[in-house]
Amino acid sequence: MINIENISKSYDGVLALDNISLNVKPGELFGILGPDGAGKTTLIRILATLIKADSGTGTLAGLDLVKDYRKIRTIVGYMPGRFSLYQDLTVRENLEFFANVFGTTIQQSYDLIRDIYVQIEPFNERRAGALSGGMKQKLALCCAMIHLPKVLLLDEPGTGVDPVSRKEFWDMLKHLRSTGITIFVSTANMDEAEKCDRVVLLQKGKLLASGTPSEITAAYPHPLYAVRANDMYRLINDLRTLDQAAGCYAFGEYAHLSMLSDNLNTKDIQHFLERKGHEDVEVLPTTANIEDCFIELM
Amino acid sequence: MWRYFPLLPTSKTVLLNSCSPQEVYTIMNDTVISTEQLTRTFGAFTAVDHISFDVKKGEIFGFLGANGAGKTTALRMLTGLLQPSSGKVAVAGIDVARYPEKVKSRIGYMSQKFSLYPDLTIRENIRLYGGIYGLTRSDIRSKTEALLDQLELREQADQVVGDLPLGWKQKLAFSVALIHEPEVVFLDEPTSGVDPLTRRQFWDLIYAAAHRGTTLMVTTHYMEEAEYCNRVSIMVDGKIKALDTPRRMKDTLHAENMDEVFRKLARE
Repeated sequence: MINIENISKSYDGVLALDNISLNVKPGELFGILGPDGAGKTTLIRILATLIKADSGTGTLAGLDLVKDYRKIRTIVGYMPGRFSLYQDLTVRENLEFFANVFGTTIQQSYDLIRDIYVQIEPFNERRAGALSGGMKQKLALCCAMIHLPKVLLLDEPGTGVDPVSRKEFWDMLKHLRSTGITIFVSTANMDEAEKCDRVVLLQKGKLLASGTPSEITAAYPHPLYAVRANDMYRLINDLRTLDQAAGCYAFGEYAHLSMLSDNLNTKDIQHFLERKGHEDVEVLPTTANIEDCFIELM
Repeated sequence: MWRYFPLLPTSKTVLLNSCSPQEVYTIMNDTVISTEQLTRTFGAFTAVDHISFDVKKGEIFGFLGANGAGKTTALRMLTGLLQPSSGKVAVAGIDVARYPEKVKSRIGYMSQKFSLYPDLTIRENIRLYGGIYGLTRSDIRSKTEALLDQLELREQADQVVGDLPLGWKQKLAFSVALIHEPEVVFLDEPTSGVDPLTRRQFWDLIYAAAHRGTTLMVTTHYMEEAEYCNRVSIMVDGKIKALDTPRRMKDTLHAENMDEVFRKLARE
């Protein structure tokens, strides 16, 4: 559905995208993961035909990203990272406006947007600017889908939104996916990777990895341990002094310790920590998550 | 039992008639943030609704809540930027409602929005904030050198801050918030949007500060980061719905992680 090859883009000599190639299949929920400044927005804006790449080529639904930009805009729904609806129009007015621009009506699109729209319908007469963060997002998503697009481009819908609204939003995406729409979504929250069919990891304009979340985590190269003790600060500092330690960082209530070799087992690590005076020590072999992989690939 | 000390918290002469010297000693040494029935209304809307909690010296305290739960309003009252409608609030031994200016020299604040001057260099920003907080020239000089070493930014010392990568900016902003050695530092979503490695390096700085005895109050939307806190509170509709260590919260609610805890509490 989306196919780009060797796309590069720079601003004032700074390379924002460095030779990026990827393809997205029809009906996929495809995630692009990376911190601020990785190039996520640039990539999405190129796909939305809002800016042109300096080099490289791409198609969306078989249409050329440069030549066929008009056609592409009729089949793409784009939700920018920053809330871009009309703040002083009401919920209903915003929807009607976007429906009008695309030559359709709320009624014609109702089946697709219904599940989301019913949640904001009680606020129909409220100005968009006065909605909460989660509500704004739902309205923006409805507006992006009002013309029944084939592809949704969502730029960091989860940023600045609390975990409850974020979870609801991902549930909505999952539901939308079942209608056959292709969803291309960017996020800085690595833990959202597992909600996607496939992801790419992006850092400083370069692709670090791509695949299904489980393919990426399975490729983690080091033995990895989850370690817990009563003083996390001392624990991390001590683990970093271990011979053969490749890295040690906090992951929730555990520290993840990656080792260059497997010549120390969990018992050895446990004894090392007990000798250092740690209490309530727990050492378990663990599997890498996306953040472990991202750190490793950086 | 709640007490506040209008003068310096180190002054042992401040005794309130109803408490024993022992009590005063404990409070003075342990409790760095204390609120009692703290409330703020805007017209008919109660943004913060009778919240009471204490934070101890050297604690990393997670201050969580959904958008619109009242966190920002509470933070603004704790930092002397907003007058409470009712209730009490003491930070670093100072009655904040009564002495909002005084508390500002005793706390550090790092906002989620980058607030250093982008067109000044690293060195100039440090000097500026050092000066604002009343450090002497020689203190500023030694602080600058120490910071440049600690953050490994010596080579970039004379670069303008606006050109630095986001993660470096955040680490620098945190260190600048600590420049006057405040007793309490408030961090408002400090790691939003930074990469996973920088985020963890940032937490290394937070742990190190707590280890030195600084108290840190952190808001975050990353529930995994809530696990790094000694204790967390979860605000729902202006009230504190839960306050405990992350592990006990998970046990009590039979939740696997803090994300689940948050959803269970905030969704009811």
